[in-house]
Formats: sequence, C-alpha cells, structure tokens
Amino acid sequence: MAVTETETEERVIRYNEAFTETLQELMREDPDIFIAGEDVGRYGGVFQSFAGLNAEFGDERVVDTPIAEQAIIGLGIGAAAMGLRPIVDLMFMDFVMVAMDQIANQAAKMKYMYGGKASLPLTITTTAGAGLGAAAQHSQSLEAWLIHVPGLKVVYPSNAYDLKGLLVSCVRDDNPTIITLHKKMLGSKAHVPEGLYEIPLGVANIVRPGTDVTVVAIGKMVDEAKKAADILSEEGIDIEIIDPRSLLPFDTETVVQSAKKTNRIVIVHEAVRNGGIGAEIAAQIQEEAFDYLDAPIARVGAPFSPVPFSPALEMSYVPSAESIIEGVRGVLHRIA
Amino acid sequence: MATKEKSKISKEVLLDLHRRMVRIRLLEEAAGRLASEAKIPGFIHLYVGEEAVAAGGCVALTEEDQITSTHRGHGHLVAKGGLFKPMMAEFMGRATGYCKGKGGSMHISDLDLGMLGANGIVGAGVPHAVGAAFANKYRKNNLVTMAFFGDGATNIGAFHEAANMACALHLPVIFMCENNEYAEYTPRDRVMAITDVADRAVAYGMPGVIVDGMDVVAVYEAAKAAVERARNGEGPSMIECKTYRFYNHAGVNAFGTPYRTDEEVREWMERDPVKLFEAQLELAKVLTTEEAQAIHNEIQGEVDEAIEYAEASPMPDPLTDMLTDVYTEAS
Repeated sequence: MAVTETETEERVIRYNEAFTETLQELMREDPDIFIAGEDVGRYGGVFQSFAGLNAEFGDERVVDTPIAEQAIIGLGIGAAAMGLRPIVDLMFMDFVMVAMDQIANQAAKMKYMYGGKASLPLTITTTAGAGLGAAAQHSQSLEAWLIHVPGLKVVYPSNAYDLKGLLVSCVRDDNPTIITLHKKMLGSKAHVPEGLYEIPLGVANIVRPGTDVTVVAIGKMVDEAKKAADILSEEGIDIEIIDPRSLLPFDTETVVQSAKKTNRIVIVHEAVRNGGIGAEIAAQIQEEAFDYLDAPIARVGAPFSPVPFSPALEMSYVPSAESIIEGVRGVLHRIA
Repeated sequence: MATKEKSKISKEVLLDLHRRMVRIRLLEEAAGRLASEAKIPGFIHLYVGEEAVAAGGCVALTEEDQITSTHRGHGHLVAKGGLFKPMMAEFMGRATGYCKGKGGSMHISDLDLGMLGANGIVGAGVPHAVGAAFANKYRKNNLVTMAFFGDGATNIGAFHEAANMACALHLPVIFMCENNEYAEYTPRDRVMAITDVADRAVAYGMPGVIVDGMDVVAVYEAAKAAVERARNGEGPSMIECKTYRFYNHAGVNAFGTPYRTDEEVREWMERDPVKLFEAQLELAKVLTTEEAQAIHNEIQGEVDEAIEYAEASPMPDPLTDMLTDVYTEAS
C-alpha cells in the first residue's frame, strides 16, 4: 500500500482504540483510577473497548462485576466518596434505566444533599446508538434523560480525537460524568496523538464554518451532517456544523453566536425528537436569539417509536445525511 | 445479657454503648417534639426504640470505619459521633446544619465522620457501602464499612445486587439489618415469605446471624465478630437485629394506628433498649441509677443547647445558596 511519509506522521487510530489507549494512559498516571463493569475484565468488554487492561493492571484495578447495574454505579459512588477515581461501565446506554436511581438520585445529588462535602470523581462509560440491528433495548441514545439531572455532566464525542480529550476531562473531573460512545463509530478512524490531552467540558466545536444554516449535530450525526454539507455545498448552500461535544454543561454561547450569524437552525440527534435534547437547544436559542431567526428552528431526530429491529425499518429510523438535507431545505425555504 | 459474656466487655465499652444510646434517645425525643410543633419541616423518621442497633454497631467500629444509613438516619449519625448542634440545625433547615440546610432530616450526614449519608431511597445506600468497602480493600487500609438498612430494604433490587457483589468481590462489609417488623406501614409477613432476614445471607455466601436488637450488648458482640471477620479479610457478614420502631414510620405518633396494635407497641416498649441496659448496668454495678440520671441530664443539657443554637442560626439564602454545591468546581 502506498503510504507517503507525510501521512505516516499523523497517527490515525480507531475510535475504540482511542478509548482503550486513553484508559491505559490514565491508569498508568493515576493509581486511584480503577475500572468496573460487566465483562470488562478477563474478556475485555463486549466491544473489546477494555482489551488488555485487565492483563496490565490486574483484577484489583479492572474488575469484572455481576450483571447488576445499580450495584455497579453504587460501587463507583461509594469508592468515589472515599476518594478513588472510579470508571464504571454500563455496557449499553439502555441500561441507564436499570441504574437510574443510583445515577440520578444518588450520584448526582450527593454533593448537594450532603452540604457540599461529597465530591464524586466518578466516570460512567457507556455506548449508545442504533444501526447494528440491536433493536429496542440495545440501541437508544438517552442523553435527554440525563441532561435533566442537576449534578451530572454528559458528554457525547463524535470522533476519536475528541473522545480521547473528553474522556481525560471526564475522568479528571471531580463530578459524576457520563461519556457516551457510539457503537457504529467504534471502527471510525481519526488522528489521535499519543499521550494525554484534555478537551474542556462545555466547549462546543465548530466542525465546519458556514454562512447559510447552522446545523447542531450530536454524536454520530456530526458525520452525517458533514456528508450533508458536501452535497449541499455543490448547490451553493454553505452550512455551519456545530458539535456541542458536551451536552451538560452545554455551550449555549457558541450556538447562539452561530444562530445570530446564519439566522437559520437545524438540530439533529439520533434520539426521538419528542422531548429530545433538540427541544432544549431550540428553547435556549430562541431565548437568546429570537430576533435573529429567519425561520422556525428545525429538529431532525428519530420517529416516535422504539428502535426497530429489521434493517429495512432501522435504516429509515436513524437520521441520515438525507434527513439533514431535508431539514436544511426546510429552514431555507422560509424567506423572512 | 449473660453475666459471663458481660465480664468480657470492659466498663469503658459498656459506658460508651450506654452514652451513645442515651444521646440518640434524647435527641430523637426532642426532634419529635419540635416536629410536632412544626419547628422541623418535612418528614421525620424517628429512631426511638432502635438505639441498640446503631450504638452496638458503631461502638464495634473505629472512627475511621464507614457506615451507610437509611431514611431513619439520625441514630446512625449520632452513634458515629455526630454533633447535636449541626444536626439540630439541619433538622430545622438552617445554614449551619451538617448539610447547610440542603438535606434535612432524611439526608443527614457527615462524610468527615465516615457517615456516608442518610438516604431517602430505601436500600439505595447499601451499594455505596460496597463501594466504600471496595476502596478500603483497594487501599489496603484495614478499614471496614457497615451498611445499616431495614427489613423492608431487603426486598429491593439494590440490596440484593449489593449483597451479591460484596460477597463476589470478598469485600470488608457488614450488612446490619434493623428488622423492625414493618416496611413503612406494612407488616413484614405481608411482604416477605420468610420470618428471618438473616436467612437471605446464605444465598450470597456469607454468614447471617440473628440477635436481639433490644440488647445492645448482643448487637455489639455480633458486630464485633463481623467487623473482625471483615478486617481479617474473611469477607462480608450479615447481622439481623430484631428490633422495633416505637413511633410510626414517619412522624411522632406511636398509638392508635390501623397497621399495628397498641398492645403490641406497649409490649415492645416494655423492652425499651435504653431501660433494659440501664437495669443491667445497675445490676452489674457498672452504673447506678443516679449516675445514669446524671448522664441523661448532661446530655439533655447538650440537646437543649443545640436547639437554642439551631433556632438562633440563620436560614440559607436563596440568592447565594441555591446553586452552590450542585457541582464541584475545578480547583
């Protein structure tokens, strides 16, 4: 294979590898970090996201747990309250519901309820997203449920580079954080430097500057938005893509500035539209930039049904470049 | 309390057990009065009747060991060394309370004392005890964690998950069950097909013992053995303390309710753990009635001071205090 010298300079690795490598580098740096979750030890995780970590760090630091999501999060809470820096894994984001009391009633509220004394440097890792034929209970994106809870931080990286920087920030944060990987992106590649670096939580990334329409895209939808941008640019439509990266805290400022520039907004996420994070983002934009808008804010999301199994249904269920283009055309169609 | 066993316990420990029980009792009776006068807002779950469990359990621990608690947590915090002033201030929602008025009775805690928090969700604190015990084992610090919970909590998933995980990971945890025969207002036999919670221990792979929860020495001795096991790396244990809640699940009434008979309440009150122990201490010539009364007076004085302190304390300020402590700011 022809590889030029300039190409080899930039190390390109997979999203999933970036995750594993970041954990490895963090654990080498900080002995207070341990990992616990279902299948994360001996087997290396159902997506091999934890491969090799048990072999390097041992059963004490990479812990196979029972299938017991409440106790997994609770284990993290108790250990974090004692000053360790646990990383606990919920294999699928759908399992958040099983552990919701521990996440929302316990981890998120402990600092406040106990008068500020409890700092919980707890990181929850999980995987979201449809497209694998995993059906209704292994495919959801439930970020909207989590951003409703004061005390949590919620992060959804859209590429391997961001994944590393955001994961480092999550693990080093003294609050409970949830970082969501997208299952369909595990094999996607990007330039990822060796060594640890942080991407601050609450700072959005302007993935593609543009002038005509702002597309706020979350997780894997950033890739779909890029595809849409390429197609639309051939027609002379120039969209600006913003990846919030962190959903809580949310970088309202960057999105509002973009809205004031383009005057037209499309928000795209993989979760169902109803009660999705798009509704919150739209509300924030109209609060801050109502007078700048030339069209109603459009939301692109999944239809209001559980994630279907059959590929024929699922392919149409998940928002795509095509549905984003449709959304963009919708807001452009309106002439102020 | 058999005389033979009693002789093994030092006078110092006996007096410590007594003092902690009296501290709980007098604080709780005062809290009940203040709640009935509407000086304490919200729900209140009084620990009166169950003092021997918290005292016996916590005297078996060191100051550095940790406990987790329940919605009925005042007694646990007192037994772990909690101070009356910030407790009373918290009950009354004052800024000087242990939780700055943000938690109240149901979330009373002091992490600095190793009391990891009273909890409004039944059973939810038990997994935290497992996590704290994990940290102890991880750090090889030789500390142990005691999870207090009720019979009702042993019917919720979090409890089973935590008990199994603690045993699977072989962690230094003591599962301390306060079986007061009622899950809130529902008798145990309506919601459990077994009589003894301790029967559940074997399912997880740990020893389970039953003790008279109105006998503080019995509780202490069982706790001491379980703590020793945990410290020696022999894993978790469960202790079921048969006890009774003198007042209702919430509030300050004891009698005239449809879910239990007044006769039953009176029978249990005959076995008041504080009075039982004081009679035993007098018989064993450890403490005279006069000396016991002097201790009550001293502690009552402290309670009264705490009430004064709390009533004189400022309320938290919505403008400055609402949004603090939601997050830990980066240092």
